[in-house]
This record gives sequence, structure tokens and C-alpha cells, in this order.
Amino acid sequence: MITETGHFALVLAFALALFQTIVPMYGAAKNDRSFMATASPAALAQFALVSLSFASLTYAYLSSDFSIKNVYANSHSAKPLIYKISGVWANHEGSLLLWVLILTLFGAAVAVFSNNLPQSLKARVLAVQGSISTAFLGFILLTSNPFERLSPSPIEGTGMNPMLQDPALAIHPPLLYAGYVGLSVSFSFAIAALLEGKVDAAWARWVRPWTLAAWMFLTIGIALGSWWAYYELGWGGWWFWDPVENASFMPWLVATALLHSAVVVEKRNALKVWTILLAILAFSLSLVGTFIVRSGVLTSVHAFASDPERGVFILAILCFFVGGSLALYAWRAPILKAGGIFAPLSREGSLVINNLFLAVAAFAVLTGTLFPLVYEALTGGKISVGPPFFNPVFGMLIIPLLLLVPLGPLLSWKRADVLGAMQRLWAAAAISVLVALLVMIFKERGPWAAPLGIALGIWLIVGSLTELAVRTKFLRAPFGTFLSRLKGLPGAAIGMALAHAGVGVMVIGIVAITAWKVEKIVVLKEGASITVAGSKVTFVSETKGEGPNYSAETGRFDITVDGKFITTLYSEKRAFRPSGQPTTEVGIHPYWSGDLYVVMGDAIKTGGRTVRVYFNPLAPLIWFGPLIMFIGGMFSLFDRRYRVGAPKRAKQAVMQPAE
Amino acid sequence: MRTLLATLLALSFLTFPAMAVEPDEILDDPVLEARARDLSTNLRCLVCQNQSIDDSNAGLAKDLRVLLRERLVAGDSDEQAIGYIVSKYGEYVLLKPKFAFHTLFLWLSPFVLLAIGMFALFHMRSRPVATTKENVLSDEEKKRLQELMQKDG
Repeated sequence: MITETGHFALVLAFALALFQTIVPMYGAAKNDRSFMATASPAALAQFALVSLSFASLTYAYLSSDFSIKNVYANSHSAKPLIYKISGVWANHEGSLLLWVLILTLFGAAVAVFSNNLPQSLKARVLAVQGSISTAFLGFILLTSNPFERLSPSPIEGTGMNPMLQDPALAIHPPLLYAGYVGLSVSFSFAIAALLEGKVDAAWARWVRPWTLAAWMFLTIGIALGSWWAYYELGWGGWWFWDPVENASFMPWLVATALLHSAVVVEKRNALKVWTILLAILAFSLSLVGTFIVRSGVLTSVHAFASDPERGVFILAILCFFVGGSLALYAWRAPILKAGGIFAPLSREGSLVINNLFLAVAAFAVLTGTLFPLVYEALTGGKISVGPPFFNPVFGMLIIPLLLLVPLGPLLSWKRADVLGAMQRLWAAAAISVLVALLVMIFKERGPWAAPLGIALGIWLIVGSLTELAVRTKFLRAPFGTFLSRLKGLPGAAIGMALAHAGVGVMVIGIVAITAWKVEKIVVLKEGASITVAGSKVTFVSETKGEGPNYSAETGRFDITVDGKFITTLYSEKRAFRPSGQPTTEVGIHPYWSGDLYVVMGDAIKTGGRTVRVYFNPLAPLIWFGPLIMFIGGMFSLFDRRYRVGAPKRAKQAVMQPAE
Repeated sequence: MRTLLATLLALSFLTFPAMAVEPDEILDDPVLEARARDLSTNLRCLVCQNQSIDDSNAGLAKDLRVLLRERLVAGDSDEQAIGYIVSKYGEYVLLKPKFAFHTLFLWLSPFVLLAIGMFALFHMRSRPVATTKENVLSDEEKKRLQELMQKDG
């Protein structure tokens, strides 16, 4: 009964979404206030209905109702509670429902927090949101119904993929979807602005918090997935340039560009046409990602496209939104008037360069991802594009940008004194060169470029903080002045410096693990040991044990450095019921200098076990960097100047858009 | 992460933790072994989802690793060893596509785009753009502003 309620709520939500698409849009066109006013309640009710639907599916999982096909195929009564919950979105149908839930949540948030928007703009934004909901609710109802029943009802479920039974993975999809779907709000604002025929500073200020929130979710979601790969896959890999990863990375790159170009619209009323295009592209790439992941066109080896109908449906959605929005853009963008002018060497110019590099980087990733597909379609031949392509090409495109990052914020608007800005960075440059020299002296092993990579990271960190130092007169004025200026800094300024420094932290982690990773693969018998990067790893014993839904073989490893006991690490091989699929649990000990990473492998016939020991220098920085970026985003998001729903401020924004 | 998202949506296939190179495969000569590892990262495990043979524990990946090492021990240069494997398995086995006519677009298009963008930036921007006074409020906005001012006052 609860299941049928959930299904019915979904059908109602679909009807409501259709209403939300048509009526407010018509109202905005006819300037009919009562029609436009239906948008908010429709968005709120739609969210309530989809929540109800989602709750009923969750209930089915919690109560292990195997009469529902989706629960039967993806759950098991012996599964721990948290994975019964995360099991809801660990499959195609459920994850799509989560996608729509987050979409309607964003729609409801726009309805609640955007009272200061002009009514027609708000109505149009919500109508576009409604059209996206309509498409995806239709997709769920027609091809991917999570509430389908089985008769007779099986007694036990087939279980969830053990690889997914992990805390980080339980929260990874919701975060990632919040990022993808959050970009739909920027998209809706862009479409609404095209329909209104007007983009101004106020518009940019309204869009910014939504784009920023989406960007933050994407950042942390991608980082979490990468971290999971690192500790779960058992060999310390953290990024593979796989189509599915690229699908999340491309929207991130474009969203990053959008964040920067929206600043130019807001401050200088320029770059409007380009910013609208980026908003369209960011969400379009999210949809392309959805298509890549769910249609299986790029992973056909694995019977991904079990249902070609789904692929075609998504392709239709994709064509409608991407094609429709780009056509609208081509038609309406020319009426947007050009704004403030600026010299190429200026803050605006630097942000354009930022956008150019990020957009080209996203293009390169897209080309590399789709090339095998297009190539096969055109010639019938098969070709692979993997990390050895992406690493150098992406590196060549992104390193120049990273070098320029500290410079941008020091340039003034309109026309900048580049030499003056560079002079302010002399300390950062000196520290970076010094670090490069020190690394060269103390690390004789490793590629020649590695010290330069570390220096790049330091340059990003120190250079980003330089801007704050300049603004607060750090070391140039009495400490009290510095403190009061620091307090007076806008959140957005701190946020920017943190985000840029976070990139530097991540770069250091990436360079260190790439250049100086140590790997030992050996056969150890109980009691034997191996020394890796100064740590003596002793294979003490192995034991058998039972988990809630798996049996495990656990290897115990004692770690000593110079005869001094440090810690005991455990590495497990688990066999999950009912599938018997194995997973590996890695033993990781974080030193300040990096992770000691111990993996127990298979038993060897002649006795002993394969043991892999890695030392991954500074590895945690790879995820610590994005965390700093996320925190930077928070600072910017809670900058009172941008706070959503602060009517007085917003009114000011309407009055003085050129500020 | 590849495994993660893939498995999220396609539970029809099993993904195993990558266990890759086994101790018995490792060559005694560390220089040869390092070359083998380097080359393996560029070769695709043909039955896997976009994994190199260096990261994969599939049987075929192991066969390829062993084959590659045999060629290197037999005295092949890097190019010869890779060439041999390509002749057996086709270009599909290369994770880094050859730079050739049929891959020109792949390799060059990003840089061409970047060059065009740079050119546009420095040439179009130096042309004065007509400024328009556009921060004028529409009638409706004026009305709303009036309302808000009154509400506040």
C-alpha cells in the first residue's frame, strides 16, 4: 500500500511538474500575476510529493519488502542499516528518483528563497525547473519505475554490490547529484534571462549562490569518490580519466568557469552573453554525463545498456534541453547588450583567460571521452583514449592557468598594472623557487619536473594568501590594523583565497604521489617482514572472521620504524554473501609525510601471501585540497552581500547594479 | 571511482579490487621491470572497463603483462614490444592513441581552440565596444521599487 502511494505520488508530481512548466511560463508571457504566482506553490507541492515517493521507497528498503523488484535486486535482509538506506540510490531506478528529489528540492528552495526576484523572472526560472522535472519524472515513470512489483514475492533479496557497501559511498551519490542538479538552477536562470531579454548585475548576483552551492557539492562529491577509489580499490589509484569520472569532471570545470565569469557580470556588467552560454553548457554537460553513465554507450563491453529504450529516452531529453537551450541562445543572445569595456590586461581580462583555459580543458576532456564513440561510429574501428592521453593534454592546458591564478586577484578592473601586481608576488615567487631548490637537493629520486610541480603548489598557496596580505596590510601596518582589516574582509575574498590555496594543496599531493610513490610487491610468510620507505612491515598472522554479511580473512601487520613500534594495521579480504564477490580492505597508516598503505593479497600455493606495501607521499593532500576549496565556497556563500533572502541587500543590488 | 559509478548503475557485472602485478611476474632485472611497468600503464586490459593491464587482475591482463615481459627479456625495444602487442590485438589496446591522421582532431583540437580563443581575446577586445546605458529600470521595476521603498519607510 505504501509502495502504491509512492508510485501514485510520483504520477501526481509528474502532472504538477507539467503544470509548473506551462502555467507560470504562460503567465510570464501574458504578464498575468495570478498565473505566475502558481509557480512557487507548485514547486513546493512537487517537492513534497517526490519526498513522499522517495520516503516510501526507503521504507520498502528498510522493511526489506522483496515483493518490489528494485528492493529484491539490490538489497538483502542481512545488510547493515546504513546500506539498506544507501541501497535506495545504489541502483539505476532509485538513483534517478534521488536525482529528481534533489531537483525538486532545489526548485522548492528557489521558490522559498527568491522572494526578492522580479515576479516574471522567478516564474520563468521555476517553469524551466518544472520542465526538467517533467522530463525526468516521465523518464522514471515510463522506463525506470522503482516501484515495480514481483509476483510471487521472493523470500530473500540478491544483495547489493559489496564495493558500494562503504560509508563514503553511501553519501557520495547524493553530494554528486546535488552538484549536477544544482547546476540546473543556473541553467533555469540563464533560460529565463534569455526569455526576459535582460541580464544585469542583479541577475548575476541572484545566480551566484546557486552556482556556488552546486560547485561546492560537485567539488566535495568528486573528491569523496576519488578518496573512496584510493582506499577501496587496493592499489592507491585515485583518478582514472574514466568516462564516468569525466562525466562529473566536465560540469565541474565549466561550473568553475561560470563562477568566475559571473563575477564579471556582477561587477562590470560585461561578459553577459558568454556567462549565459556557460550556464547552459554546465548543465548540458551534467545531462551528457547522465547520458554517458546511464545509456552505456561508452561501456558497452559490460552489458550496460541492458535497456536501449532508456538510452534513447535520455538522448531525447538531452537533445531537447541542449538543442533547445542553444537554439534559444542563438536566437536571443544578440539582444543582450554589451556592457563595460576593459583592456585585455585587467581583472576582467584575467577572468576571460581563466574561462578560456577552463572551457578548453573541459572541451579536451569531452573530446577524449567521446572520441572512441565517434570514431567507431564513423569508421567502425575501435580506439582507446586513456590516462596517457588525458594526463599530458590536460596538464598542458591547466598548468599555465594555475601559474596565472595568484596574479588575477591582484589585477585591478578595467585596466591593470601587471608589473605592479607581479611585484607584489615577489615573496611568493621567492618562496616557491626556494622550495623547488630544497626539493631538488633532498629528493634525488624522481622525475626532474617534480620539484617544479611542488613549487607550483607552493606558488598557488602563498600567492593566493598574498592577496589577503595586501588587503589587510599584513606586516606593513601595526598588528591591530591587520586584525581589524582581517575582520572587515568580505567573506568572498577569504573564500577565493582559500579556494585557490586549496588547489595548491591538491597540486602538491598529486605531484608527490605521482613522483615519489614507493611500491613493493612480495610474498610474505607469517612472521616475515619487508621495509618500505623506512617502515618495517611485519606480517604477524592471519585470521578468519565473520562480518554481518560477509566472511573475512584478516591479515595483521605490525609497523615499526627503527625498532620502535608504531601501529598495527589490518588488511582484509572479504567475501560477501550472497554473491561471494570479494572486496579488499586496505590498512592505511597516515604519517605526516604520507600514507603507509598495506594490502594483503591472495594465498600462494607454496605458502605465504602476496603482500603489497605502498608508501604514498603526501597523498591525503589530494582530498584535503578540495576540502579547503569547499570551505572557501562556504565563506563566499555566507558572505552577507550574497545572502539569499536578504531583501534589503537585494534591493540595493537592484538599485546599484554597477557597484 | 570508475568502478563506483559504474556499479551504481550496472550491477550486472562484477568489479574486483585491482590486484594487478603478482610477485611471480616481476622480472629479476629492475631496469627491465621498470620498463615493463611503464609500458603496461599504456596498454589496455581488453576485457576491463578502461583499465590498464597494470591495474587489472583479469586473466587476460596478466597474460599481456607476461607477454610484454617476455618480449622485453627477449631484447625488444619499447617500440618493438608495443608494436608486437598492437599487431596482435589492434590499436584498441593502446590507451594513448597514436598521433596520426585519424587522431589529429583528438590531439590538436583543444590547442587549436585555445589559440583561436587567445587570438579573439587580444584582437576583439582592443576594438572599442559600444557602451550602452542599460542600468535603467523598467516601468515595472520602478513600480516595485516604489512599493519596496514604501514598505521600508
